[in-house]
Amino acid sequence: MTGWTALLLRDLRLARRVGAGAELGLVFFLILVSLLPFAIGADQRFISRIAPAFLWLAALLATLLGLDRLLQADEEEGVLDQFMLSGTPLELLVLAKALAHWLVTGLPLSLVAPLLGLMLAIEPQAMVPLALSLLVGTPALTLIGLIGAALTVSLKRGGLLLSVLVLPLTVPTLIFGATLVKEAALGRPYTTPLMLLGGMTLLMLVIAPVSAAAALRHARQ
Amino acid sequence: MNDARPTSWLQLANPAVFNRWADRLLWPLVIATLGLFAYGLYGTFFVSPADYQQGNTVRIMYIHVPAAWLALFVYAGMVVSALGTLVFRHPMADVAQKAAAPLGAAFTLVCLITGSIWGKPTWGTWWQWDARMTSVLVLLLVYLGIMALWRAVDDPLRAARAVAILTLVGAVNLPIIKFSVDWWYTLHQPASVFRLDGPTIHPSMLKPLLIMALGYLGLYLVLLLVRMKTELTLRRIDRLQRLAAGIPGERA
Amino acid sequence: MALISTLGTVPAPALAIRGLAMARGYRTLFRDLDIDLAPGQVLQLTGPNGTGKSTLLRLIAGFLKPDAGTIRWSPVPDEVSPGEWLHYSGHHEGLRDGLTAQDNVATLASLLGGDPARTGAALGAVGAAPLAELPVEVLSAGQRRRVALARLLVAPRPVWLLDEPFTALDRDGQALVRQLIGAQAAAGGLVIAATHQPLDLPDLVHVVLGGPAS
Repeated sequence: MTGWTALLLRDLRLARRVGAGAELGLVFFLILVSLLPFAIGADQRFISRIAPAFLWLAALLATLLGLDRLLQADEEEGVLDQFMLSGTPLELLVLAKALAHWLVTGLPLSLVAPLLGLMLAIEPQAMVPLALSLLVGTPALTLIGLIGAALTVSLKRGGLLLSVLVLPLTVPTLIFGATLVKEAALGRPYTTPLMLLGGMTLLMLVIAPVSAAAALRHARQ
Repeated sequence: MNDARPTSWLQLANPAVFNRWADRLLWPLVIATLGLFAYGLYGTFFVSPADYQQGNTVRIMYIHVPAAWLALFVYAGMVVSALGTLVFRHPMADVAQKAAAPLGAAFTLVCLITGSIWGKPTWGTWWQWDARMTSVLVLLLVYLGIMALWRAVDDPLRAARAVAILTLVGAVNLPIIKFSVDWWYTLHQPASVFRLDGPTIHPSMLKPLLIMALGYLGLYLVLLLVRMKTELTLRRIDRLQRLAAGIPGERA
Repeated sequence: MALISTLGTVPAPALAIRGLAMARGYRTLFRDLDIDLAPGQVLQLTGPNGTGKSTLLRLIAGFLKPDAGTIRWSPVPDEVSPGEWLHYSGHHEGLRDGLTAQDNVATLASLLGGDPARTGAALGAVGAAPLAELPVEVLSAGQRRRVALARLLVAPRPVWLLDEPFTALDRDGQALVRQLIGAQAAAGGLVIAATHQPLDLPDLVHVVLGGPAS
């Protein structure tokens, strides 16, 4: 087994044991969705109209969960030193960590979102596009978060700062994702936003590991 | 070990050279800036014609548009500083960047506030989710994040490198943000809005606009130099305080 | 102890440090530092607190870049990162709470290019076999140390950098560390340990940081 897969499996195991795993993120997502009608009223038509945007916002917030500890826990306990000593490039190792994070947040969220969409009276034809948009878009969110996690790795209370650094950069992903679902709900083609969303994820796949690894190396100087 | 020369990153020579040049440049720049603003504001209020549609409101443009240009210009400068910090490890680069960030945020804020004041008579509301204004708002958020990161990290060198990486990541993202916001706006465009600065500008308006832009640039450079000098002094004080505290291995 | 005799696939290199200088913040920790170490030698680093022992180890590990000077490993070319063939054991053990000792050491074995299948034997060799299935957060400081030592054995590497290796260990544990260091040196490996505890080894190189001569 290579170091890369060992790290991926370790993070998945940690997520399960420490309880910050998939279930808790999903519960958070569910709570956000349940709060919405209390804030805006029970008018089904209105809820249905803002549901795509809201589900995307909720996914964005749920993805931020746990990001502040993504690299910090390894840094504090000296595991990051050991990353530096493995033959595997740091860029790939942080990518493994991001993948583990996505597998326990973004992925389950994408699969459950259509069910919550039902509760929010989303148009039936938008169900599959909703899941699709989250599947394609949430990796970009996790990867942007990875950069924030690396920049705040040595800060004791970096959680809030991380959100402040990361959220402005998520604007394009949010726009493309929410628009995709909205267009689908109106029965229009959504190829363009899907392409843009995929482009965003691919771009972040390149930028995020490089920036995060650079930030980690410099934080240790 | 106590006779060690300062091998630290904060080489004395560079700041000293910088300070000498800054002192030489500062007053001529102040005078030039004052002159440009006097001339530019005179043009704004007395020479430039009122707009046939917007009337005197259009004069806000001379304050608003250069602020928007500077907001972007400062960011571009910060990208250069970020490369200076990461690639060339130039000791002045992070001082420049730390000094520039709040100035860029201030120009962005001026742009947003004047845009809002301009929007009230033009749109009838203080805020419209117009593509340009929204992009500038996100730019402000990025500036605020950079400033927050500067504050959060104690060690100036570590802070400089983290901020430099964030600045570069932001630089890659800003054009995408701009594109996505424009794209979003075309999908949600309200029936009819005035664009804040139309593509056609009468030459009589262009001259005061450029003068004002130069005035803004001068103001930026003056404030940047002063802030850089202040930052260098603060670091020197910090250094001397540690020396006075008698931390072993410390030297002047 | 059969585990220790292998140094991995990389031949033990010799270390040559020339004119090394490092400052932290505004403080110059050391300068003009020269150290030579041949395969099979053990270097003991001592010096008052704050004189840069840990920093020197992190420099040698390649985590930090020196302000001046060079750290060369012959016959390894400069481009090859020392990270690929040395062990660094710092103040933090490199163990993640929430995982068992077994899982932790096996993961480190994979990361460091070692053999996860050796985990059980390695834990046994450091006297931590009964702890294998326990989550590391319930272990005492000394027990954690022992588990951390196991990674030196699951991934054989010719160079060991040990920062305060005796911390929190009981007398048996300290004897174990001496034994491991001795065996590593005897097998032709190279050990640099920052500690004030006597190492009781022949052919010991001693460097004092922050002293009049170093």
